[in-house]
Amino acid sequence: MIEVDKGDCDFCGACAAVCPVDCIELYEKDIKIDSKKCTECKLCIYICPIEAMSYVEHETV
Amino acid sequence: MWNTKRYDIIVVGAGPAGSTFARIAASKGLSVLLLERKTRIGVPVRCGEGVIDSGLRLFYEPCPEWIATTIDKFCFIAPNGSSIAVKLQEKGYILNRNVFDSDLAKFAEKEGATVVTNANVNSLLFENDKVAGVKGICNNEPFEITSKLVIGADGVESRIGRFAGINTKINLNNIDSGYQKTISGIDVDRNVCSFYISNELAPGGYIWIFPKGNDSANIGIGISGKAHINGKSAKTRLDEFLDLKYPKHKVESISVGGIPLSKPIKQMVTDSVMLIGDAARTVNPLSGGGIILGMKSAVKAADVAVKILISDKEPTKINLIDYQKQWMNSEGKQINRIYRIKTAVDKLTDKDLNNIIERVNKLPVEKRSLARIFRACIPQKPSLLFDVAKVFVGY
Ligand SMILES: Cc1cc2nc3c(=O)[nH]c(=O)nc-3n(C[C@H](O)[C@H](O)[C@H](O)COP(=O)(O)OP(=O)(O)OC[C@H]3O[C@@H](n4cnc5c(N)ncnc54)[C@H](O)[C@@H]3O)c2cc1C
Ligand code: SF4
Ligand code: SF4
Repeated sequence: MIEVDKGDCDFCGACAAVCPVDCIELYEKDIKIDSKKCTECKLCIYICPIEAMSYVEHETV
Repeated sequence: MWNTKRYDIIVVGAGPAGSTFARIAASKGLSVLLLERKTRIGVPVRCGEGVIDSGLRLFYEPCPEWIATTIDKFCFIAPNGSSIAVKLQEKGYILNRNVFDSDLAKFAEKEGATVVTNANVNSLLFENDKVAGVKGICNNEPFEITSKLVIGADGVESRIGRFAGINTKINLNNIDSGYQKTISGIDVDRNVCSFYISNELAPGGYIWIFPKGNDSANIGIGISGKAHINGKSAKTRLDEFLDLKYPKHKVESISVGGIPLSKPIKQMVTDSVMLIGDAARTVNPLSGGGIILGMKSAVKAADVAVKILISDKEPTKINLIDYQKQWMNSEGKQINRIYRIKTAVDKLTDKDLNNIIERVNKLPVEKRSLARIFRACIPQKPSLLFDVAKVFVGY
């Protein structure tokens, strides 16, 4: 699953521009990833200029 | 109330493209709503803020408050540290984009547009499968507003296009990851823009130093989206560069963003929707400059939209397509050409770049116009490189 460090994120939208399934939603000071739609392709991680995104293995609750 | 009216046009995004469009459409008597997610238009700045005087003057008389510094020279630095300085044939500016963007929205307001900040558009409103307006949230309150036409001026993320069924997704090799720090306490020449061109420092892009005063500058990096897959991020690369070159700098602000460096988007319009500016990828794919080109697309789109709406025609895709056609016959064609140059430039190794700078340094200083330099660089493709010259200064 893709996680965003909201303390680091600048909400610039570069990740939303490359996301193939348009599952990233931006606000002025918030970002939401629809994990149901996300394909975990990691393109957003590569484009993020400040390493605010990371991939974490799915946690079983 | 702004959210109970019906408008001719809703513009999403109050960057230079959106505000310019809104100003023109409102000045022709159309009812225009300009929606911006940010609390303060122009803040935070996500830009190196470099423009050329003649480009700016196509749209606005430059206002002293917009201008941090005036530029008369470019300096290109090769991977081995050797450099060439080139006098510009016309002056450039480093803007204060917070003031610039905010003033452009005020101009739109003066012409009669309604400008609303804190308004985040989350989706389009459809009626009988047709785009009929936008939905969003403003100060935690949901809104739904109808209009005849929606303008996607929503910058690099370009989601309005996607909501309307236009594929605006951008491939990793056609977007640069951008990171910039405005720093102070350093020694810079306030009239010179410097560019470090090196695959080792900035693969698929460059590092820029754009002075904002005698002791401060926007220092930023753009690297190809692909470069971070097996390499360092834009932030890590810039921080390393700054620590090396300016160990005592003070950080004033940080700017993060994606810079689309692609061919023109295939589809700029659909029924009741037009895309302008970064949202339509109207950026110079070699230099990354998008302020002037974005405003150019806004003017072209506004001319077409105004004609259609004033004559009471439907803003269907077929009627709006003139904008796309006009773009592709002018700037779009140029962007295609620059994209081909970019592909060639991307293939140059650091050794090639060192050789080029060395060759240019052999040219007498008085002959170092950008055009001559690039002709000297690659004699077998003079026409192509003549364009490169214009690319950095032209937009
Ligand atoms: C690091 C960096 C350096 C750059 N340096 C330069 C340079 O030196 N010179 C140059 O010419 N260009 C430069 N550019 C490019 C330039 O910044 C852009 O091309 C330019 O800002 C595009 O203008 P625009 O109006 O299309 O979009 P933007 O200026 O991006 O404006 C889009 C607006 O839409 C708003 N928005 C987005 N989505 C929504 C939504 N859903 N609802 C409401 N509002 C929304 C955003 O908040 C934003 O204010 C740089 C870009 C970056 C990232
Ligand atoms: S690219 Fe990075 S900084 Fe920009 S919005 Fe996405 S996660 Fe945040
Ligand atoms: S991993 Fe891929 S699909 Fe998921 S949010 Fe990132 S870009 Fe989108």
